[in-house]
Amino acid sequence: MSYIRKPKFQHPDLQTNDLGFTRRDYEGTLTTLCGGCGHDSISAAIIQAAAEMSLEPHRVAKISGIGCSSKIPSYFLSKSHGFNSVHGRMPSVATGANLANKNLHYVGISGDGDSASIGLGQFCHIVRRRINMLYIVANNGTYGLTKGQLSATADLGSKTKAGDESLYDNIDMATLAIELGASFVARSFSGDKQQLIPLIQAGLTHKGFAFIDVVSPCVTFNNTDFSTHGYKNTWENYVSLGQIDFVPMRKEITTSYAAGKDKEITLHDGSVIHLHKAGKDYDPSNKENAIHHINTHKKNGEIATGLLYINQSTSDFHELQDTVDKSFNELSFHDLCPGNEALQDINHTFK
Amino acid sequence: MPELVTTTKVNTLPKTNDFVIKFANVNGSGSASANNMFAKAIFRMGIPVSPHNIFPSNIQGLPTWYEVRVSDNNYLGRREGVDLMVAMNEQTIESDINSVVSGGFALYDSSKPLSDTLIRNDIHYLPIPLKDICLAEFEKPSQRQLFKNIVYVGALAAFINIDFKVLTDMVSDQFRGKEKLILPNIHALELGHQYASENFKCPLPLTLEKRNLTLDKILMDGNTAIGLGCVYGGATVASWYPLTPSTSVVDAFDKYCKRLRRDPGSGKNKFSVVQAEDELAAIGMAIGAGWNGARAFTASSGPGVSLMQEFLGLAYFSEVPVVLFDIQRVGPSTGMPTRTQQGDLLTCAYASHGDTKQILLFPSTPKECFEFAADSFDIADRLQTPVIVLSDLELGMNEQICDHLDWNDQRRYDRGKVLNEEQLSEIENYGRYQDVDGDGIPYRTYPGTHANKGSYFTRGSSHDANAAYTENGDTYAEIMDRISLKFKTALDYIPKPEISSSNTHKRGLIYLGTTTSAIQETLDKLQKKGISLDTMRLKAFPFHDCVREFINDHELVYVIEQNRDAQLKSLLKIECNANEEQMFSILSYNGVLITAQQIEQTILDSLSPSEGTEEASA
Repeated sequence: MSYIRKPKFQHPDLQTNDLGFTRRDYEGTLTTLCGGCGHDSISAAIIQAAAEMSLEPHRVAKISGIGCSSKIPSYFLSKSHGFNSVHGRMPSVATGANLANKNLHYVGISGDGDSASIGLGQFCHIVRRRINMLYIVANNGTYGLTKGQLSATADLGSKTKAGDESLYDNIDMATLAIELGASFVARSFSGDKQQLIPLIQAGLTHKGFAFIDVVSPCVTFNNTDFSTHGYKNTWENYVSLGQIDFVPMRKEITTSYAAGKDKEITLHDGSVIHLHKAGKDYDPSNKENAIHHINTHKKNGEIATGLLYINQSTSDFHELQDTVDKSFNELSFHDLCPGNEALQDINHTFK
Repeated sequence: MPELVTTTKVNTLPKTNDFVIKFANVNGSGSASANNMFAKAIFRMGIPVSPHNIFPSNIQGLPTWYEVRVSDNNYLGRREGVDLMVAMNEQTIESDINSVVSGGFALYDSSKPLSDTLIRNDIHYLPIPLKDICLAEFEKPSQRQLFKNIVYVGALAAFINIDFKVLTDMVSDQFRGKEKLILPNIHALELGHQYASENFKCPLPLTLEKRNLTLDKILMDGNTAIGLGCVYGGATVASWYPLTPSTSVVDAFDKYCKRLRRDPGSGKNKFSVVQAEDELAAIGMAIGAGWNGARAFTASSGPGVSLMQEFLGLAYFSEVPVVLFDIQRVGPSTGMPTRTQQGDLLTCAYASHGDTKQILLFPSTPKECFEFAADSFDIADRLQTPVIVLSDLELGMNEQICDHLDWNDQRRYDRGKVLNEEQLSEIENYGRYQDVDGDGIPYRTYPGTHANKGSYFTRGSSHDANAAYTENGDTYAEIMDRISLKFKTALDYIPKPEISSSNTHKRGLIYLGTTTSAIQETLDKLQKKGISLDTMRLKAFPFHDCVREFINDHELVYVIEQNRDAQLKSLLKIECNANEEQMFSILSYNGVLITAQQIEQTILDSLSPSEGTEEASA
């Protein structure tokens, strides 16, 4: 449907956020993905998350690799710069971009082929480097754009539409991220907006590397009854850590929560995550516990979702590199060039 | 007292400031710093000197050579034949001694007798019991090993007349802050000097005479100069993966940034050096940073450049500035990792799949390494495309005499066509890939510049002038044609070739990079035989029109390059439509720097007997 121009009409009664923007200001171009694709729900969740938290669209950079998942950045935040790079290499491009300007929000969008196969190395290393960004994997267990081959996140025994069965153990992106030092790790489902939106908001606010593995069914090639990444299996075996709310810093004053009914996690800027029900008794600050939780449910054929792990005490990449406060792309000639006098001194050390 | 071991009378012509001394060592034995000291002492005596390291891809135990050429004529290339061999490696001693020219000298450790098979009757031997001297004088095992090298430098000082004070000053400089090491080092120098003076007639007929030819020069390696050039060129992001012989580029950048790029108030860094997980990530990071408005580079060599191909195509097509330093080594594959070659010309000129072309710069001296490194960021920003600076191991890792580095304080960086918030506000229909000025270079914006204008989607898939995805073939072709136009504009921003002033002879030479070190010597040699040639040194690709004209203006041009397949000649054929018949290849690909003798001989062989005089009269 890419030939259809998206209408610019805005309903006059559309709600505006603190910046005076409506939801439409956070949208992208019309999707070209298949009708019912989980990825479109992720775009919608990002749009709503950003609009609700009054994110300035132009202060966001969207970076992706190659594949169906990596098309997603076109479909949200058209006022943001986007970079659709090469297959599996989004992490390096995002790292460089982040180095150049530490003062933007970075959203990396990737898929299971992009991040768990061709780009697994780069994925591991961006986690280790603790880049301050939100990294979303739209995980459907299949290669959609090349018509349905199994991916490395497909569970053992899972079957595609063509009947191909996964013969190998899967790579679990969430446990991998936790083990390699990600400081915010969540799993969600494209079909559960109530959970996904606050997770995206919390991930965008979190200082450090935030990772969300989103089960996002491929309706065309991997949505059979025998696929563990299809809608049916995901709904049937979906275990949530309960309702989650994200309250941005400036909203806190006007929103009231009954004391003791939930667990609160205050983020570095004063925003608060509220965890209700099951989440209340779960300790997301414990690495081993988080991995155990994921693996226990996996053994039962279940998908553990929610905010699985958070650690707010680690340094991000710029802190580790001890970079100046000003972003690199704003440093002037005088900030950067040492001048001829210093060069003449250097000459003398080579005499 | 040991005698000079000579079986027959050897005729040795005296040589002053014009000879080659070669050190054959075992790597990891501490010889490198002693040998460097030897070469630098000659430099400090005001005499042109060029050291060449020929080393193994290994840390300890394999053969390594250090070849030092001394030349009053300022011939800084390699010369074949060794006048004095310091034969310290038993593994290679036979071939080392065989490489000495008739009438030359071989210094060896006589703590063990020399095998009879190593005795030649046409050279002189300089036996010095290095091991025994060190055993007697030093207690620590490590000193006994390391000081053997210092002792032979002391002996050489007596043999060829090195100013002893220059040596002792260097030791003091080198160990400033570690005073305890100064005295034993000077003692080792004295031991060698004393032994040589007492046991041999010193100096030998190979002697140094002080000059003032290096007063306004420095002795620097190309990789250090590149690292420094990146600091001066305003690079803030260096992402890299360790790879010989490029590693010292980033080491130098890091070292000078720590000295010159820390915020004086906060002590924080105005730079970042990231050791990536591989070369793909290294160039990916540099491209990400370039896209977001920082000056970024990576340094690598052949194997790394092969891995970077896909990303180079992305940066070409999506028009993102980035700088890559390719310090070439011998390929294909792992090849000879510690030997030199100009073998990446073609792979870099058209790096990546599809119709691509890259900007290449060819520095030939450390000074040019500095200047081209700084310039490369301006060129990349101006043209919004990758710039590949092609150096090689010879230039990158060997110290070379060159003029002082200079920086014009009036100069400012050219960040190219980047729109700021104010400019964006005034523009009605901004499109990332619109050719507004007709020069093929579009306008770009950095993320985060303007609240509602100027954002676009960067992609390696085909796009229209407004950066929107398209599969329309005509639109794709328009973008490709516009990029071609941009590469014509590029000729205004990249350095022109250096053409000899008297461009009147029938034959010419075309060369680039480290081949330059042999050219003046070649021309002088040929001149003596009555042959004169015009010369053109290429400094950049794509080629300016004068390159084609130079070829057309000559009956024959010799294209000199250091690879097997005549890659430069192929480029000239493709890009300048040059005739095969008009070009004659002179090739060298044995991993060491091409010499004037090789070039001269090939040219002489190519001429019919009458041609020499004909050329001279032309």
